[in-house]
Formats: sequence, C-alpha cells, structure tokens
Amino acid sequence: MNVTLTGLTEGMVYAAFALALVLIWRSTRIVNFAQGSMAAATAFIALSLIQNGQSYWVALIVALASGFVLGAVVERVVIRPVEGGPELNAVIVTLGLFVAIQALIAIIWGSSFESFPAPFGLEGFQVGDSRIAFTPNSVFVIGAVVVTMALLIALFRFTRVGLAMRASAFGQEVARLLGVKVGRMLTLGWALAAVVGSLAGLLIAGGEFVYPAYMDSLIVFGFVAAVLGGLDSPVGAIVGGLILGLALSYVSGYVERGSALVNVSALVILMVVLLVRPGGLFASSVARRA
Amino acid sequence: MAEPHGATALSARGGATTGPVLEVEGLTSSYGPVRALDGVSLRADAGRITAVLGANGAGKTTLLRTISGLVRPTSGTVRLNGEDITKAPVEAMVGKGMAHVPEGRGVIAELTVDENLRVGSLFRGKVGKDEFDRIYDLFPRIAERRNNHAHTLSGGERQMLVIGRALLANPRILLLDEPSLGLAPRIVAQIFGLLRQLVDREGLSVLLVEQNARSALSVADVGVVLNLGRVVVTDDARTLMADEDLRHAYLGF
Amino acid sequence: MTDSQTPSGAGAATDEAPVTATAAANAPSAQATGGRSFLPKSTLLRHLLVLVVCAVGAVILLESTSPFRNSQFATLSYYAIAAGGLTLLTGLNGQISLGHGALMAVGAYTTALMLDVERGEDPLPLPLILLLAALAATVVGAIVGVAAARLHGPYLAGATLALAVGLPGLAIYFHDTFGGEQGMTVRAPRAPEWFTSFIDTVSGNPASGTKWLAYVGVVCLLITYFFLANLVRSRIGRTWRAVRDQDVAAELAGINLGTWRVLAFTVSACAAGLAGGVLAIVVRLAAPSGFTLVLSLSLLTAIVLGGLGSLLGALLGSALLVFLPPFVTDLGTEWGLNSTEAAQLAPFVYGVVLVAAMLFAPAGFVGTIRMRWLTMRAKRAMAASAGSTSRG
Repeated sequence: MNVTLTGLTEGMVYAAFALALVLIWRSTRIVNFAQGSMAAATAFIALSLIQNGQSYWVALIVALASGFVLGAVVERVVIRPVEGGPELNAVIVTLGLFVAIQALIAIIWGSSFESFPAPFGLEGFQVGDSRIAFTPNSVFVIGAVVVTMALLIALFRFTRVGLAMRASAFGQEVARLLGVKVGRMLTLGWALAAVVGSLAGLLIAGGEFVYPAYMDSLIVFGFVAAVLGGLDSPVGAIVGGLILGLALSYVSGYVERGSALVNVSALVILMVVLLVRPGGLFASSVARRA
Repeated sequence: MAEPHGATALSARGGATTGPVLEVEGLTSSYGPVRALDGVSLRADAGRITAVLGANGAGKTTLLRTISGLVRPTSGTVRLNGEDITKAPVEAMVGKGMAHVPEGRGVIAELTVDENLRVGSLFRGKVGKDEFDRIYDLFPRIAERRNNHAHTLSGGERQMLVIGRALLANPRILLLDEPSLGLAPRIVAQIFGLLRQLVDREGLSVLLVEQNARSALSVADVGVVLNLGRVVVTDDARTLMADEDLRHAYLGF
Repeated sequence: MTDSQTPSGAGAATDEAPVTATAAANAPSAQATGGRSFLPKSTLLRHLLVLVVCAVGAVILLESTSPFRNSQFATLSYYAIAAGGLTLLTGLNGQISLGHGALMAVGAYTTALMLDVERGEDPLPLPLILLLAALAATVVGAIVGVAAARLHGPYLAGATLALAVGLPGLAIYFHDTFGGEQGMTVRAPRAPEWFTSFIDTVSGNPASGTKWLAYVGVVCLLITYFFLANLVRSRIGRTWRAVRDQDVAAELAGINLGTWRVLAFTVSACAAGLAGGVLAIVVRLAAPSGFTLVLSLSLLTAIVLGGLGSLLGALLGSALLVFLPPFVTDLGTEWGLNSTEAAQLAPFVYGVVLVAAMLFAPAGFVGTIRMRWLTMRAKRAMAASAGSTSRG
C-alpha cells in the first residue's frame, strides 16, 4: 500500500518529465537529452532565491520562467541549425548541452549536496493508528502535475496557438504554406517543454538533496516512460510514467537493498519494451489519438 | 530563351482578362548540381486556369515550390499582384493572396477535418463561422466528417479538404500540385468542375500542375508545357489539345 | 587488398602518352603515390610497418619524457583504446553508444577481481587478465549489441544512456564482491625482470612502476589500433560502411544488417573492456564514481572532435581528453575559481566542443582537414589538366 502510494507520486513526476520529452519529440523528432540538466539549472536558480530569503512560491515561478527562457534560447541558438539534419547530429548536440550545462551548474553553484525545501509537510497522513507514506507534499506533487497537464491539454485543444503548434508539429511544410509561423511555434514548444521539465525537476527535488547531476536518473526514467508510451503520445507518456513509477517503487520496496537496483530495473524495462513492442505499449490504440 | 514573348502574345488573344495575378520571369533553381528549372517564364491571369504540363521530372513541382518560396531560386523573379515576392518568406505568401496546395494532399492526418480547416484560417485572426459554412456547403462530403480525423478520409475527400482549406484564405491565386493524382476519374471531373465554377464566378486565378494532361487541358484556359526545366510552349489550351505532334512528344496522349 | 591504392591504375595510364585530359588529371596523384611506392602493397604488411615505426616512436617518447608525462601517456592509452572502438561503432557503422563507460567498468572490475588474490599467491599473468577483461566486456557488449542492433539514433542513445546510468548500480548492489560505493582498490602488477633490464639497456632510466604501466598501456593501444586498422580496411569494414550508408541496398545484397550491427557493437565493446582493464591498473581503483556518464560523453567528444570513423582522429581526440583538462583547470584557477569549480571546466569544454563541432564542423578535426586537402588536390589536378589541354 505504502509502496504503491510512493510509486504513484514518483510516477507523476516521471510522467511530467516524459511529457516534456514527448512534446519536443513530436515537434522536432529530437530527444532532448539536455532536459535534465536544463531542469537542474532552474532548480538551482530556485534554490539561490530560497537561500536568499524568498518564499518557495516566488522561487518556483522564477524557476519556471527561467525554464521557459532557457528552452527558447536553446532551440533558437543550437537546435535550429541541426533540425531536420542527420539524427545523430541532433543527438550529439543535446548530449553536448547536457554535459556543458551540468558542468556550468557545478562551476556556478558548486558540486556539493544541498538540501532543497519542500513547500508542504513531509510527514505521512494519519490513517487509523498508522502513518501512511502519503504526505501533504505528495498531494502537492500530484496536484501540480495534474493541473499542468490540464493546462497543456486546454492549450492544445482549445486555443489558436495550440492548434498552430500541433499543425507545426505534424505538418511543418503544410503549416508554413498556410501562414503558420512554424519557427516561432517550435521555439514555443521547446520553451513549454522546458517549463514542464523544470517543474518535474523542482518536484522531485522537494525535501531531497540536489547536486549538479541529480537529474541524471530522471532523464533515464523520463525517457523510459516516454518510450513505454510510444514517444509520440502525451497520454502514453503519462501512463508510462505511472507504470514506471509503480514498477520501480515495488523493486525498491520489496527487493532487499532494492534501491541500488532501481536504475538497472529501468534499463531492463526499457530493453524489454524496445525489443518486444518498439512502438510502445499502446502503439496501435493511442498513437493516433493525441 | 523560353519564349519570353509567349505570355504577352496570349493576353492579346485572351480577350476579357483583368490582368496578371502572378508573373514569373526567368526562374532558375537547382538541387545541388542538377538544374531543375532553367529560366522559366509564365503568367497566370485572374479568372483563368493556367495548367503547367509535362512529364515526370520536367520541373513542375519544383516550379510551384519555388514560386511559394519553399525552394529558393538562383535567379529570376516572382511577382504577385505586381509585388516582387521572390524573397518573401513562405509563411507570408498566403497573406499576400497566394495559396499553395502541395503534392500528396497535404492534409495534417493527426488533426480532425475541422481543425485542418481552422489551421487554414489561423493567419487571418478571428474568422466567422459563416466562412467555414461556405466551405462545407461547397464540399458537403467533408462537412459530414468534420469531427473525424483526417487520416480516415478517402483520397478524394482529402483533396476536397485541402482545396477547401486553401479557399478559406480567400486567395487571389491557387497553386495546385497534381490534384488528380491517384483519384478516380469521376472524382477528378467533380473537383475540376468545381474549380471551373469558382474561377468563372469569383475571378479566382488557378495555377495547376498536372501530369494528367488530358484532364487538365479540358478544364484549363492556358497550357504551359515544361520539359527538363524549360518552357517548351505556352498557348491556348484548345490549341494545345489540337496539336497532335506536341501531345505525342511531351504530353503522352 | 589494395583498395587504398586506387591511383595505381592512373599510374599505368601515365606510361602511355596522356592523350586525354582525364588521364592527365590523374597524373599528379599518380606521382604522389609514386613517392610512397616503397610501402608494401599489402595492407597488412603496411600496417605492420606502421606498427613497428610507432612502437619505436613510443619507446623514444616514453624514455625522453618525465614520469609525470609517462603516466599521462598511460591515461591517454586507455582513452584512445576505448575511443578507437567507439569510433568504429559510431563512425563506421552509424550506431551511437553512451554505454561505453559502463563497458569499460566491466573490464575494470574484471581486472580488479583477477588481481585481488590472497597475499603470497600470484595472480594470473597480466596479458591473460587484460584479455579476460576484454572478453568479459565482449560478452556484455554482445548482449547489449543484440538489443541495440534493432535501435537507431535517439532510441539507441537513450537505451545506452540507461545502461551507463544503470550498470554501476550493480556494483553497489553486489557490494560484497565489488566493494559498493567505495569500489575496489587494484593492486598494481609489478614490472617483471626482463622489463627492468630492457629499460636499462635502452635508456638507463630507472624502470619505475609508472613506466611499466605506461608501456602496458601503449602496447595495448598499438595492438588494438593494429587490429582495428586492419578491420577497417578489410571486407568487414566495407560491409559496415555499407550498412551505415546504404542499409536498404546492403540488405538487398544479402547482408544481414542485424548480424553486422551486433558484430560492430561486440568488437567495439571488446576494445572498451581492454581500455577498462588498463584503466583499472593505471588508476588502481575500480569504483562506480569512475564510470559516470561524463566518461562516456568524453569518449564521444574525443571521436566527434577527431572526426567520426577515423582512428587517427580518435587518438588525437583522446590526447585532448588527457592534455586539455590540466590546461583549462589551470586557466580556471588563474581566473579565480576554486579547484573543484575549475575541475568542472573540462567537462564544460567537452560539452561546448560537442555542440560547436556539430554546428560548425560536423566532419570533425581530421575530417575537415582531410576535406580541405582533397579539395585542394582536386583543384590542383584541375589546374594541371587545364594546363595540359591548353598545351595540347
């Protein structure tokens, strides 16, 4: 029970991070391996603010905003030239960003472990006479991810910008011919994805320690979750994130010293999915719906 | 080179035209070392259908793509309503009154029919419901399926959707790339008939690229025959139809 | 086996009168090969000759430099061995791998385990241990390769990324065997008698442990590159290139793409394993912290910078991995960074280099220079042919 609750909470964060990867993959066919470092950078910005006496909420908003700017700048400056080129080149560029940003964080903020505050309590709720592993902060984490997803759905479904972004993602050339400013939409897509990624980075950091490489595992988990869902489908990414969250939680909860095996388990799950159902778990049913 | 006086000769013969909407002069463009267009000149007038004909690889698609800016020419100019648009960005073309329906239908499969139409109206800001209704009236078959995903449409329905979407931009000129490709003759006749109506009624100009020369010439006013990137002849559609040698040599029927 | 000697046909043409402009155009390049004609025709023999020259060069280099430089060369050799394998995989076969750091870990831990014997007992001979290290990584590489053969681009990058992040976890889980977070200290093998006397006769320098390790590294490097260079020039290498550039055509020609991709991954993993073995004895430690993602990414930097698919490029790129960090770290401290901050400048530079290389010189260092040279040669040939036609 406790293990399941933890798994769901973590799964929500993986889902958010996977969603950020999927948003970018859909529009530019690039997996942004730098997503984790970018999110870590915004988390350190938030941490600086908090350490200087600002409230968590101010820090959160500034971090998300800086994620937006960072995403837009990255797309404009280094991604635009490799868009549509050989896929290996784009992969290498995002990997380069990944190392460079991570090193930059270490240069600016140092490599030591810093504790990152959580906005709500980390003590489990009282049910009957036992405490469960579900905390006020878990409620916040799940709520934040659900609200973000609802906002994204509303944006894509009901607004003109959202329609333009979807058109740019699925039919670049047609969209341009129809007068949609595709370049601007791709930049916006990267910026939004970076905001979602940044949110995931801040949520996972809450009540834990952060260091420059703290997102390394999350980029793997996010990727695995996204591939589980087919890499193309936002709904798939969310479901994939939840499945992965539960699976990893069971491994670390029920296997002796299982926490050391979490990363390996993610690797095994990824391999099995890629070999058995390369299109993701819901390849046939979900892929077209989003 | 490619009969630069051909166009002027035509307008003299044409009678009641309201002047050129699109003028292309000496357009040259290459893919790497291969020259796809070699000094192409032509014009498209209001209230007329101009058909560009020629075999596979004659440069027809490249011509349309160069006109709308998807391919940048190495030399030559493109004028729309007298304005030089050779260097204008692709995204700006539709705002200037040129709608390009690319080869292979150009529907966005992941969006619904209604969303596809709405993408076509995005650049104009808010567009009234009556304008969508006008398009749906024009193509009742896609009206029935407006909430379906575009990938469920048949080839003919897709063609109707993309033409309808282009019309939603209220263009002065419509560039159509192989609209008959893979469609049953009945559907082709239906679509061409509709185009003819729009052109006659609303003074639209159509630049039609077709490999199916027979159908195209039956609906067009003017034919331009392209071979290996050069204009071979520009003439009245009926004259071209009647020229048996030319038909055998370049049009394959 | 004379596929690199294409101009030899043109050489024959020059014996006859250069009647056509094209024959004349080939003439300068024919003369160029004429200048190298003392090299044996067989690729194998030519590579052997290069090997001997390099070996002699390496001895001179190691004997004329300080112990500190010697240890840097030892470091260079394990980077270069791994990068050589990776450049074969990525450059020749078009597969990316972020998991080579993990494969090096396999080799390193194998070596550490083999050298971890009771006091008084003798471990296996060093060459055998290194061979086993390579073998262990080969086995793991073959397994990963089977999975990787069906993936491409971002999928492969993601899967191998998961490998790089996941595999060190096993060392922590089985901490009784592998020493957990602290890792295993490696007892460095002693230099044998014959080595001491060899060094004594060559240079009279003291045969220190560092020197022995540097020699072990360099010998492994030379052997690896000799094998890889022959492989690249062989039918196998050509098939890999075909799989990379023309997968459809290759498949139609009866080449089983999967098999060849697995083979490439396996060979590449073998090199990584050997590199890991050398690393273990040079660093004297096998610990999870030594095989982070940054290691895999620095290898990638080395081969991208040198130009994908070029062994010489991989060597130069690896040299940069060794000699650049002290340089930029010094620069960093000069600018007022503290030592831990300055240490991060090197990975920062790697990242920037990866991005910049893709944006400005996707062919890499060696590739760009080679391209310049070829264009220049082509231009000169054109000029020569123009001259000869005007004369004729």
